[in-house]
Amino acid sequence: MFPPLEDVYRLAPELIWSLTGILLMLVDPFVAKPRKRWMGGLALIGATFGLAATIFPYWHMGAAYSGLLRIDAFSVFLHLIVGGVAVLVVLGSSDYLGRESLPPGEFYALVLFATTGMGILASAQELVTAFVGLEISSIASYVLASFRREHVRSNESALKYFLLGSFATAFFLYGVAMVYGATGTTQLAAMDWSKANSPLLTLGLGMIFIGLGFKVAAAPFQMWTPDVYEGAPTPVTAMLSSAPKAAAFALLVRVFSLVFARETSAGASLAWIYVFWIAAALTMCVGNLGAMVQSSVKRMLAYSSIAHAGYILVAIAAVSSAGEAGEAIGIAAVLFYLASYALMKLGAFVLVTYVGGTGERRLEIDDYAGLGTERPLAAAFLSIYLLSLLGLPVTAGFLGKLYVFRAALDSNLIWLVVLMAVNSIIGAYYYLRVIVVMYMRPAQQEWPPQPMPAGIALVLLLTAAGTIYLGLFPNHVIAFATQSATSLR
Amino acid sequence: MTGTHLLTVLTFLPAVGATALFLLKREDLVWTRRLALTIALAEFGLSLLLPFGFHAGTAEYQFVEFRAWMQSPVINYHLGVDGISLYLVLLTTFLTPLALLASWRGITERVRSFFVMMLVLETGIIGVFVALDLFLFFLFWEVMLVPMYFIIGIWGHERRIYAAIKFVLFTMAGSILMLVAILWLYRLTGTFDLPVIQQLLVDGAVVMPARAEMLLFGAFFLAFAIKVPLFPLHTWLPDAHVEAPTAGSVILAGVLLKMGTYGMLRFCLPLFPEASRALAPYIAVLAIIGVIYGALVAMVQPDLKKLIAYSSVSHLGFVVLGIFAFNVISIQGAVYQMLSHGVSTGALFLVAGMLYDRRHTHLISEFGGLATPMPTLAALYLFVCLSSLGLPMLNGFVGEFLILLGTWEHNARWAAWAATGVILSALYLLWSYQRVFFGQLTQERNRTLPDASLRERVMLFTMAAVILWMGVASPMFTRQIAASSEQVLKHMNRPQGYLAGPSKNHGRGVWPYAPTTGIVKSSAAGPGGSK
Repeated sequence: MFPPLEDVYRLAPELIWSLTGILLMLVDPFVAKPRKRWMGGLALIGATFGLAATIFPYWHMGAAYSGLLRIDAFSVFLHLIVGGVAVLVVLGSSDYLGRESLPPGEFYALVLFATTGMGILASAQELVTAFVGLEISSIASYVLASFRREHVRSNESALKYFLLGSFATAFFLYGVAMVYGATGTTQLAAMDWSKANSPLLTLGLGMIFIGLGFKVAAAPFQMWTPDVYEGAPTPVTAMLSSAPKAAAFALLVRVFSLVFARETSAGASLAWIYVFWIAAALTMCVGNLGAMVQSSVKRMLAYSSIAHAGYILVAIAAVSSAGEAGEAIGIAAVLFYLASYALMKLGAFVLVTYVGGTGERRLEIDDYAGLGTERPLAAAFLSIYLLSLLGLPVTAGFLGKLYVFRAALDSNLIWLVVLMAVNSIIGAYYYLRVIVVMYMRPAQQEWPPQPMPAGIALVLLLTAAGTIYLGLFPNHVIAFATQSATSLR
Repeated sequence: MTGTHLLTVLTFLPAVGATALFLLKREDLVWTRRLALTIALAEFGLSLLLPFGFHAGTAEYQFVEFRAWMQSPVINYHLGVDGISLYLVLLTTFLTPLALLASWRGITERVRSFFVMMLVLETGIIGVFVALDLFLFFLFWEVMLVPMYFIIGIWGHERRIYAAIKFVLFTMAGSILMLVAILWLYRLTGTFDLPVIQQLLVDGAVVMPARAEMLLFGAFFLAFAIKVPLFPLHTWLPDAHVEAPTAGSVILAGVLLKMGTYGMLRFCLPLFPEASRALAPYIAVLAIIGVIYGALVAMVQPDLKKLIAYSSVSHLGFVVLGIFAFNVISIQGAVYQMLSHGVSTGALFLVAGMLYDRRHTHLISEFGGLATPMPTLAALYLFVCLSSLGLPMLNGFVGEFLILLGTWEHNARWAAWAATGVILSALYLLWSYQRVFFGQLTQERNRTLPDASLRERVMLFTMAAVILWMGVASPMFTRQIAASSEQVLKHMNRPQGYLAGPSKNHGRGVWPYAPTTGIVKSSAAGPGGSK
C-alpha cells in the first residue's frame, strides 16, 4: 500500500536525507580510497536538496500518515534549522575527516540519518512517532560521538552519551506509556485533556519532560554535556550542540503548549510554570557558573550551550503563564532563539575545528593566544560568534535575548528576567576572556601556516553573515516564527 | 521633519570611512594615520553644520530622521538632536581628531586596527547622542563598548586586561538592567519611540504605577550612574583611565562619561519625574560625596593620570548635582559643564600623554622642574589646569557657576558643600602642577626632554582656543541649550491627580521646576556679564 502523494510531499526532506544516507552507505565500498572525498560532494548534494525540499511540506501543510505527523509552519521552521545545520556540518567536516583520516562515507550517512530523525521529531504529532524520531537521531549521534575510535576521549564521550541517553529515552518512553494510560491515546491532538487530570498523566508528562530535558541539556539533566561535547569530534559537537537541541525543544514546545493551554482554559493551578521556572533558573546558573571555570574551549562552549538552553527555557516558562496572544510571542521567541543559537554555536565549533589543527591539539583557551595577530580572519569570526553568544546588539544573539526578555516580561516573570540578565553578565565574563586571550596575549607557540579550507571558510562566512543578518534585519524570520507559533493551534 | 540625512551621515561616516583603511597596506603607517585623521576632520567639518542649522528658540528635536526598521516589536530608526545633544555630538567630533593626533607616535603596534577602533568608537558615541528610539539608543550604547574594550585591552599599559574587563563588566551590569527596563517601558507604552513615550506620559495617556516608576528609574539610573561614574560606582574609572592609551583616556573622559549624565537628563528626569524627585536628596548626597571624595583622593595620587581620573569623578559629581537640583539654571550649567569638562580633561590627558611619550611614566615623582626644558608645554598645561579648576573667563567657571547658582536656589546646603569642591580642585591641580613643572629639575635625565613639537602645539593651542572661547562666549552655547533644559523640567510636570503619588516635599519650600522665561534670560546673561 502506497501512501497518498500528498503525504510523500510532506515527508520529502526526510526521504531525501535518508535515501542519500543509504546511497552513501551502498556506494562507499565501491569507491577507491583516494576518491572518498567525493562522498562529501554527494552528501552535500543530498543535504542541500533535503533542505530545499522543505518547500514541499511548506506547500502541503496538514496532517500526514493518518495523523502521525503534522506538517505546519512550526515544523517547516525547524526543518529549515536542522536541514541548514546538516548542510553546514557536511561542508565543515570534509577537511576534518581527511585530516584525521576518518571514513567519510559512514560519517556523512550518519549525519543525514540523524537529521532525518530530527526532522521527524520536529513534526511528530504522535508520541510513538516522536520516540522513533528521537531514537533515529540519538543512535546516529552516539555513533558519531565515538567516530574517532582510536581516541580514549571520543570513546568515553560516546559511552557516556549512550548510557545516559538510553536512560533518558527510556524515561521518555515510560512517560509516553503513562500518558497513553491516562488519556487512552498517543495522538497529541486527540488527547482528551479535560477529563484526564490524573496523577498518572502528571507523572507521564513529568517523565517526558525529563527525557527531553536530557536531550536539550537542561539542569539537572545536563551532566553529560561537557564530557560528550569535549570528547566528540569537533564537527560532531558542532552538530550536537545545535540541531538535536532544536528538535528536542520543538517536541517540548509541541507537547507542553497543549498542556499549558489546557491548564489555562481549565483555570487549573499553573503547576508547570514552577517546573519550567526552576529548570530555567537552574540551567542558566549551572551553565554560566560552570563555563566560568573551564580552561578548554570546547568545554566552555559546552557549558555555554547549557546556559543558552536555560534562556530558551525562560521563553517556554513565559509561554506557560501567558494567554493565547502571549503564547505566540513566547513560542516565536523560542524559535528565533533556536535559529540564531544554531548559527552562532555551529560557527564557533567549526572554527574550533579549524584552529584545533591535526589531532585536535589546540583546544585550551590559552592555546588561542596570538590568534588575533597570527590568524586575524579566524579571530574576527570567533569574535563575532562570541559577541553574539554574549548578546551584544547588532547580532542575532542580542535579538534572541530581547525576544525572550519581552516574552517573559509579558508573562510577568520579572525575577526570572532579572536572573537571566545577571546570567548574561556572567556570560560576558567568560566570552570576553577568550577574546582577551586571542587579541591581548602574545602567541605562546608556533603557528605554522594553515590555509583555511574552502568548506570551512564557506561555513564561517554563512554563519557569521547569518548572525549579523538576523541581528539587523530580523523582520522576515520573526514574522515566520510568529506564524509558526500560531500554526501550532 | 527636515529632509536632510546629516545625522545619518555624521553617525556612520567614521565607521564606513574606517573600512577604507583596510584598502591600505598594513605596513603603510603614514597613510593609515593620515587617512584616519582626514576622515575624523571631515566628520568634524560636517558636524559644524549642526549648530548653524539649529534653531535656538525651540526644544523640538531637529534634523530628525525617521524610518521604520523592525516590525515586531516595532523599532524605528529615529534620529534627532536638541540643545542637550547638539554640543555633545560636536564635542565628540572635536575630540576624536585630537585623540587621533595624540596617538600619532604613541601607537606603534597594530596601527591600522587602532585607528579603525577609534573611528568605530566615534560612530557608537554619536549614535548614542542622536538616537531617539530607546532600542536604537541601547544598541549604540552597547556596541560602543566593543571598540573601547579593545582600545584599553590591546593598546593599554601593564594592567590593561584587568582594566578592560572591569570596564566592560561594570558597564554591562548596568546596561542589561536598563534593557529590561526599556522592555518594561515598551510594555507599558507600546513603543520604543522616545518622543512618543514622552508625549504619552505628559498627556497622562499612560500612567505609570508608582512602584513601576521607581524600579524603572532605578534600572536606568544605575546604568547611567555607573557610566558617569557616581560615587560609589566609580572604581572602574581610575583603572580604565590609567591603563588606557592617551587617545582612549581622552575619549573616555571627554565623551564617554557624558553619556551617563546625558542619559539622566534625557531619560531619568523626563520619564520618571516622581521617582527622580523622591530620590533626588540621596542622589545629591552621593554627588556631593563624589565631588569632595574625588577631589581629596585626586590630591594624594602619585600618578598623574590617576589624579586626572579622580578629578573627573569630582567634576562629574557637579554635573549630577546640577541635574538633580531640578532648576533650569543648574541644568544648563550641567550641560555646559559636560562640554567644558570634556575639553579641559581631554586636554589634561593629552598633556599627561605627551609626558608619557617622553618618559614612559605617569608618576609625578619622576618629574619636577619640567618648565625649564619645556616652557611651552608648561605654559599650555597651566592654562588647561586653570580652566579645569574653574578660573573665570575660562570654560570651567561657567558650568560650575551656573550649577552652584541653580543648586543654591534649590537647596543652599547642597551648594555650600559642593562649593568646597571648587577650592579643592584648585588645590590638587595647582599642587600637581607645581610638583611637575616648577622648582629645580629633580632628575638629570629630564633636562634633555624636548619641548612640545609642532603636532603637540597644534593640539594644545586648539584646545586652549576652545577653552578661552567657551569661557568668554558662553551665551552662544547656553542660548541653544536653554530651551531644551527648560523642556526637561516641563516634562517633569504631569497632569493633575498624577502628582498625588508618593511625591514628598522634603519641607524645603517649593520645587522650582516650573521656571519662567525670565530666569532663562538672566542665566544666559549671567556668564556673559562675567566678562
